[in-house]
Amino acid sequence: MRNAPTETGPFWPRDLDWHPKALTPGYKTSVLRSPQKALLSLPNTLGEINGPLFGHNMIGEFDNDLLINFARPGETAIGERIIVHGYILDEHAKPVSNTLLEVWQPNAGGRYRHVKDGYAAAIDPNFGGFGRTLTDDDGYFAFRTIKPGPYPWPNNQNDWRPSHIHFSVFGPGFAQRLISQLYFEGDPHIALCPIVNTIKDPQAIDQLTAKLDMDNTIPMDARAYRFDIVLRGRRSTLFENRMEGN
Amino acid sequence: MRRFTDRLKETPSQTAGPYVHIGTTPGFIGIGGVYPADHGAVMVNESARGERITITGSIFDGAGAPLRDALLEIWQADANGLFNSRSERRGTADPGFSGWGRQPVDLETGIYRFETIKPGRVPYPDGRLQAPHVMFWIVARGINIGLHTRMYFGDEEAANAEDPVLARIEHKMRLPTLVAAADVSTYTFDIHLQGEKETVFFDI
Ligand SMILES: [Fe+3]
Repeated sequence: MRNAPTETGPFWPRDLDWHPKALTPGYKTSVLRSPQKALLSLPNTLGEINGPLFGHNMIGEFDNDLLINFARPGETAIGERIIVHGYILDEHAKPVSNTLLEVWQPNAGGRYRHVKDGYAAAIDPNFGGFGRTLTDDDGYFAFRTIKPGPYPWPNNQNDWRPSHIHFSVFGPGFAQRLISQLYFEGDPHIALCPIVNTIKDPQAIDQLTAKLDMDNTIPMDARAYRFDIVLRGRRSTLFENRMEGN
Repeated sequence: MRRFTDRLKETPSQTAGPYVHIGTTPGFIGIGGVYPADHGAVMVNESARGERITITGSIFDGAGAPLRDALLEIWQADANGLFNSRSERRGTADPGFSGWGRQPVDLETGIYRFETIKPGRVPYPDGRLQAPHVMFWIVARGINIGLHTRMYFGDEEAANAEDPVLARIEHKMRLPTLVAAADVSTYTFDIHLQGEKETVFFDI
């Protein structure tokens, strides 16, 4: 029934109530960095429907293994060894294959390898804190890392970020571009965090919370966390108005 | 036929935070040895067709200060108006041009810079031609969901005047926020997050 190639249809509009608003005064930096005027709604044009093309040849063998991708030969990063894995799907539960997922995080002590991070926790010489992978044909991805530590940040006088992994996903259309953060089931800092709480719906926060996955834990080696990512889906173009002759 | 009444919810956005470079442009902050190069740093190779241009500018907050921790991505058509994309069905895009670029703003000055080519015109869904433009996506600390905007070219007055997207902007005094000033092959495109000159951002 579906004659239209699904990769060329326009996307469903974003549910902007599910996402955080631009202005969220509990997260103070948003006050001066949030557009004040309404976003202008545009129909998707070819540019939003299309997106950049990345090949498997850009991915190195250990790019998704943060335990060793920065470590000296024979050594590994310090911390709780974990595997984070799941599927990237669209809103119709269709796998998003061959799409780039990039991750970054602080080390087990909550310190980032970044010139601007001055937190007292020590740098781990064997941990870079970033990795990337492409999903396979089923939309599946996995990476191995250490569980990041919580860290303090200047907002209110005593705000601490929950353990989190930042991630960036592409999808085949530029309109699907997404950056967000993964949290860990059971972390009491999730409920306290002004950045988490820019999201109003508890179910949306739950969607960012990776679940302990004992079935895929590797005994005596690494625990697994399951995390699925959903990107915008395309509308059916079957009965849309088309120009004559198209 | 599939029915779409039970759609999954899109994963909600969170800020990219101040350390976005670690995951996206590690070379820029001096972390070598993992990736051969920063992804998206180079858009054009020697064989690329079209006019070489530079796009540069800053992103200003509501107090007029430049952001020094932002990351920008651009996406555009090649010189013939084709996208280097898996879903481009109108022809084959220029293999010498990726169409996608990623650059952080300078950590001290807040200035960004892309070396790219001037894009061709791309049809709007109704078949009219859009003016040449570059799509922008901006993330940073304090930005809860990435901001989409477009840059048009100051030396394309005729095409801009008939562009179907620019025509949708009701408040005409906001049009200049999307048009880059041209100086030979350098285009200056400043982005204002708030204030009188607030850039038009899109829900696409
Ligand atoms: Fe962080």
